[in-house]
Amino acid sequence: MSARVGVVTFPGSLDDVDAARAVRLAGAEPVGLWHADADLHGVDAVVLPGGFSYGDYLRAGAIARFAPVMEKIVDAAQGGMPVLGICNGFQVLCESHLLPGALTRNTHLHFRNRDQWLKVVNASTMWTQSYETAQEILVPVKNGEGCYVADERTLDMLESDGRVVFRYLRDNPNGSARDIAGITNERGNVVGLMPHPEHAVEALTGPSTDGLGIFTSVLQRLVTAR
Amino acid sequence: MARVVVDVMLKPEILDPQGQAVASALPRLGFAGITSVRQGKRFELEVEGDLTPDRLDEVRRAAETLLSNPVIEEFVVRAPEGDADVAVLEEHPPTPFRAAAGAAGADEAAAGVPQAAEARP
Repeated sequence: MSARVGVVTFPGSLDDVDAARAVRLAGAEPVGLWHADADLHGVDAVVLPGGFSYGDYLRAGAIARFAPVMEKIVDAAQGGMPVLGICNGFQVLCESHLLPGALTRNTHLHFRNRDQWLKVVNASTMWTQSYETAQEILVPVKNGEGCYVADERTLDMLESDGRVVFRYLRDNPNGSARDIAGITNERGNVVGLMPHPEHAVEALTGPSTDGLGIFTSVLQRLVTAR
Repeated sequence: MARVVVDVMLKPEILDPQGQAVASALPRLGFAGITSVRQGKRFELEVEGDLTPDRLDEVRRAAETLLSNPVIEEFVVRAPEGDADVAVLEEHPPTPFRAAAGAAGADEAAAGVPQAAEARP
């Protein structure tokens, strides 16, 4: 039996179908999880997809954080289950305090939608082991509130503990502190990133297939763990 | 039934590009004397019964939990009418920005912004 990876759908999620497709292309079985259902249906890992959950009302991710399914996910993440947040999912992880800092309005105020080079800074998290350290990957980025902020002490701690997972290369699309595109928690099971690896898994629709490594990483991890 | 107002503002050290955009539009419209704008949110809450200390505490917890994100924002709880006003304001003094409002121009406000929130080229 292949690993089962849950993909959450909130009202306003956009990229849940692409995320599920990426999970399938990586060789795992995607399992749809509904925001109002406080049940993880026995999945081995969870992806929080991009989009505009609850219309981004109040703050992006602020209301999704309190969805019934999130309570289960927060517990499971604290217990070591792999959890990935992409874009809006990253915002939800920060609002849930599973990851430090916050995502704020892009400093230039524009929505940025383009292909973006990233550097893999930490290739030892549960979601990045398929990559090499310092590997450069090309994936789409599309956000209006993707500017990562945290206080200086938190930023220093993230750097010194190797918890910066991805960095924007060459041109920072949103003003994020220290070009941070993605971070992880202490255990390396929770990863959040603003760019969209699930849109870079097939030559037909993506700028590369570099994003697939995220999903094969967790699969490799889950298979090894069995 | 009593009314409570919760004002939520970005912390002074967090860059507010929306406020800056508003500030830069004002001189074009002839409002030349306004040098800095910070944009926030105002919540008007109606609560059951009188505004007891317990009820205020509940509002404060709601403000911490949902209405604001303590990582980037701070809040002030105010009761528009009644004695509670003073007590609440003492516990949650106005934000540093407000205290400095009028004195600090856009440049001074921006000087307090750490690298974390600075735009990069």
